[in-house]
Amino acid sequence: MWNYLKLIILGLIALLAAIAANFGRDLPYQVHAIIIMLVAGGLFLWTVRRTDEPSPPTSLEYMDGVVRAGVIATAFWGVVGFLVGTYIAFQLAFPSLNFEWAEGFANFGRLRPLHTSAVIFAFGGNALIATSFYVVQRTSAVRLWGGNYAWFVFWGYQLFIVLAATGYLLGATQSKEYAEPEWYVDIWLAIVWVSYLVVFMGTILTRKERHIYVANWFTLSFIVTVAMLHITNNISIPVSIFGSKSVQLFSGVQDAMTQWWYGHNAVGFFLTSGFLGMMYYFVPKQANRPVYSYKLSIIHFWALTFLYIWAGPHHLHYTALPDWASTLGMVFSIILWMPSWGGMINGLMTLSGAWDKLRTDPILRIMVLAIGFYGMSTFEGPVMSIRAVNALSHYTDWTIGHVHSGALGWNGMITFGALYYLTPALWNRERLYSLSLVNWHFWLATIGIILYASSMWVTGIMEGLMWREVDANGFLVNSFADTVAAKFPMYVVRGLGGVMFLAGAIIMCYNLWMTVRRVPAKADTPAMAPAE
Amino acid sequence: MTKKPEKKEVETTGHSWDGIEELNNPLPRWWVWTFYATIAWGIVYMIAYPAWPLINGATRGVLGFSTRAEVAADIQAVTDANAAIESKLAAADLTTVSADTELQSYAVNAGGAVFRTNCSQCHGSGAAGAKGYPNLLDDDWLWGGDIEAIAYTIRHGVRNDTDDAHFSEMSAFGEFMEEAEITQVVNHVLSLTGQDHDAGLAAAGAVVFEENCASCHMEDGSGDRDQGAPNLTDAIWLYGGDAETITATVTNGRFGVMPAWGPRLSDAQVNAVAAYVHQLGGGE
Repeated sequence: MWNYLKLIILGLIALLAAIAANFGRDLPYQVHAIIIMLVAGGLFLWTVRRTDEPSPPTSLEYMDGVVRAGVIATAFWGVVGFLVGTYIAFQLAFPSLNFEWAEGFANFGRLRPLHTSAVIFAFGGNALIATSFYVVQRTSAVRLWGGNYAWFVFWGYQLFIVLAATGYLLGATQSKEYAEPEWYVDIWLAIVWVSYLVVFMGTILTRKERHIYVANWFTLSFIVTVAMLHITNNISIPVSIFGSKSVQLFSGVQDAMTQWWYGHNAVGFFLTSGFLGMMYYFVPKQANRPVYSYKLSIIHFWALTFLYIWAGPHHLHYTALPDWASTLGMVFSIILWMPSWGGMINGLMTLSGAWDKLRTDPILRIMVLAIGFYGMSTFEGPVMSIRAVNALSHYTDWTIGHVHSGALGWNGMITFGALYYLTPALWNRERLYSLSLVNWHFWLATIGIILYASSMWVTGIMEGLMWREVDANGFLVNSFADTVAAKFPMYVVRGLGGVMFLAGAIIMCYNLWMTVRRVPAKADTPAMAPAE
Repeated sequence: MTKKPEKKEVETTGHSWDGIEELNNPLPRWWVWTFYATIAWGIVYMIAYPAWPLINGATRGVLGFSTRAEVAADIQAVTDANAAIESKLAAADLTTVSADTELQSYAVNAGGAVFRTNCSQCHGSGAAGAKGYPNLLDDDWLWGGDIEAIAYTIRHGVRNDTDDAHFSEMSAFGEFMEEAEITQVVNHVLSLTGQDHDAGLAAAGAVVFEENCASCHMEDGSGDRDQGAPNLTDAIWLYGGDAETITATVTNGRFGVMPAWGPRLSDAQVNAVAAYVHQLGGGE
């Protein structure tokens, strides 16, 4: 019965998409309509072939297939995102890499949002979905709620990524940072995200453990807040139902404030809370030690969740934003310092009594490095939110360096640690293929991040000082082009840092692949079913 | 380091998830006190600075801080400090500016800032120009290189819509000259700067040149500043001096435009940027 309903829905979607492709007013819209038509059509055929087949018995085991798919997607999109990032880093150093023949598709302006979204949403998002599905099952001792609904979340999210990425290349953008996709992609993501929330909540509500583990608090706050942020920041009216262009509901400084309320909390809840959830499971697991302080986890969770949401205005110091809003953004950012560090303390101190493992376990070393970068970025952030510091740092490469020490150092490394933990666990392998390759990855990535962050500190502070340099009469000394020319050597260093980070990630992919292919299966299968 | 005596093991909360337990350690003291300190600082800061939105406006803070007032005060301070010399520059006879060391130094600083903001987009931040945009460092001037002439060009521009702008037109000779004639005249022009050319074609081209080009570029090709007609004998080219580019120039004409900056800049700024450009190397 359900299959027949599905067939009707899929057939309708394919038909409507075909009509939309026909009436489409711009290229990205038409391409997207065709993609949706093909996906719906393909699913239609797939469903037809399976209709009236006996459905397999409902399993009580942990649902790990979707996590395995998530691990593969994370590794894949990670390499794509790092590759594009490295390429655009060299485009900035050597503008002739903006090839004439690729103009309008592969020039810097089109590739930059592709890079940021690929890394944050495709790599980070898949990592979060996969690990949260893994963690919530283990720590709730129950299979994912909703049957194949989790698969819908996974594939729906991949479709969102493809629509967003092709949209950027073809020029469909609403020009809001980290929220570039146009209206219909936003609607689709809202549907997928709410489904994610439902699967996660359903699993929590049917849990067999009495208490909810701290990792799941963080994940839940991440899912709920991102849903709220995404929907509010993307309220817009399409110019035509058959076109990709839309007009934002808010305008002027209200739009800017909504955007940075969203943008900052994408950092706060996506890249901080979500990844803290990951940290709270994989670090104690890998170190095989209890979490340091239950009390600290409660206090810093609530403080972080309450304070983060107000910090957005610090992105708009010295703009049309009223001074009072700017003050509040700065004050909340500074008060946020200790709640952020609570996670670092809990992560690092979990190792007390197991510090010697750092010598022998490169995976744990990767995780500890991630926590170290987390601590550094969450200190640097409040410093940069101070109005006087921001007057120098804003619009410079310092911001880019800050973002990357967080994204490469914290989000990247903790994800790599989780992938190294998950792959043998999910494919039931004795161990990783090679710990020495993990070591290579660790050093390549670490040196890459340091090259990246330090070169951006240097150019950022340099260009900030050059912009504000005045002579004895109060006249500006440098033209903008002077600052661009002065940054060239550091741009090359940054590109090299990117190459090293990318090389490390490729080594990881090889290592994970060989783990699945070559390492013998574990003799005794672990409990793949919830403990009763 | 000597081994510390084993600390008493802190108890766990008794929960266990997938084997993960939690210790019941207290909050680190330094953490709590730093957290309190940032909160206390935050309260003080919000009293001192504009912070809380009200129905009409917001709290102003006891320090009376305002980013807009701060910027206005900074600008005012510089304006006040420069007021005397600024009005002196606005009223100055340009030819005498360089004799007054203080005025000249001020004019060059101010003019440099104006140049980097308004002129560098076309002429380059080092004023070396680009294809179609004259190099201002050399002594080759299209419309005159003494400081008065430079100031006139800045104020009124070239071939724009204003009445006093310099105007002249390099026609598109392709519309009324045979292709053969164009080839001949291009060879003649190449010969003026001693570049590779066909002597026979150039000789024929000299006749074509005299009939069609000499009225602006002069018979010897040395150009005419009154008409902004470039000197074709000095090997300095605005668009390029190879056969292909010269052919394109003769065939299609050129119509380079420079905006009139008089309406956008103050008199003192025009004088300042004129003095700046004049002292770059080629001023007459």
